[in-house]
Amino acid sequence: MSHGHEAVHKPTGTSTWGGGISPFKISYGKMMMWFFLISDAFTFSALLTSYGFYRHKYADNWPVAGDVFTHFPFYSGHIELAYVAFMTFVLIASSVTMVLAVEAGHRMDKKGVLFWMFWTIIGGLIFVGSQAWEWYHFIHGTAHGALRDIFDADLGQWVNTIVHGANLSHNEYGHPLFADFFFFITGFHGFHVFSGVVINFIIFLMVWSGKFEKTGHYEMVEKSGLYWHFVDLVWVFVFTFFYLI
Amino acid sequence: MSLVRDDIYEYSLDAHHDEAAGKALRKKIYWVLALLSVVTMVEVGLGFKFGRVVELKETLKWVFILLTLFKAGYIVMVFMHLGDEKKNLRAIILVPYFVLVGYLIFICLDEAIYSSEHRAGIETSFKELNAKTPAPAHDEHGGGEHGEGGESHEGHH
Repeated sequence: MSHGHEAVHKPTGTSTWGGGISPFKISYGKMMMWFFLISDAFTFSALLTSYGFYRHKYADNWPVAGDVFTHFPFYSGHIELAYVAFMTFVLIASSVTMVLAVEAGHRMDKKGVLFWMFWTIIGGLIFVGSQAWEWYHFIHGTAHGALRDIFDADLGQWVNTIVHGANLSHNEYGHPLFADFFFFITGFHGFHVFSGVVINFIIFLMVWSGKFEKTGHYEMVEKSGLYWHFVDLVWVFVFTFFYLI
Repeated sequence: MSLVRDDIYEYSLDAHHDEAAGKALRKKIYWVLALLSVVTMVEVGLGFKFGRVVELKETLKWVFILLTLFKAGYIVMVFMHLGDEKKNLRAIILVPYFVLVGYLIFICLDEAIYSSEHRAGIETSFKELNAKTPAPAHDEHGGGEHGEGGESHEGHH
């Protein structure tokens, strides 16, 4: 354990910004993680704000999420938003297991850290898998489809045809921008979840190898934990603005 | 204030606590889990029950936004530990975020009103123009309908 009191360098002035101390009382790595997360938060805020802008602009034919996301695994009927509620719960639960891993790290409990990180990784994988599943159903669409004007590049004109599901150029359920934003925002978030799972797995292996016992603290778990909670935080907003409102 | 260095890799601040502190923290974590789960269930329930009631749409929107901010606050303050960090650290993280995102939202709301008024203005002036000019008999399938239809008839985008 390095409490640092032996490494104290007493400055001449004892003010917060007098030098020689940590004015924010936080380690360099954690502070940089926070700065990265703020910039990432700006990106997601900009995406969700532009989503809101276009949603109001095309409010007339913007799809209702309850009409689009009705599928539930192993059930042939339709339940509105049930699966996405389950996904949200999985991500919140994995955030909780992560914070429990951090707590175990504070007690230098290696077994506890490994246990909780394992379940965090499992939760992340379930979430990414669920998102892929939801994309599949959104792209696939319904059996009946809907009539849309599609631009035929070969003919050089608009053709009125039945389309099923959604992609970047057309959307069975409503305005194509809904699909564009859906793919971009949930895709960007899903990529964050995926990279979070990879990072957590690497840290998991480092904990396994006993690296942090040698270092004397589990701060690396705390740093990857900050990232993981941020992913959960973003999903809370995506869930509200895409699915609930 | 403890005078400590933060530039040594092996060094970490507040990286340890004892069993008693851990027990208290775990209790808090489980409590927040229960709270966030209940709020999520309430949100889904409200959406399920009142999601299609047109009169409640506006109210429901604000209820959802407030509940989301409530959840976000607990995630940031408890899970991300920001509530227990130093006040000046909390400020340098939250203040720039809220100032800039607040500005972004303001400018989008403001310009959205402007752009819809502007569009409405153009459409009105087109109508006035059409009313003044007698329509040529052969131009029934002209671009006039198409140009306006672009806004309401999706698929052209």
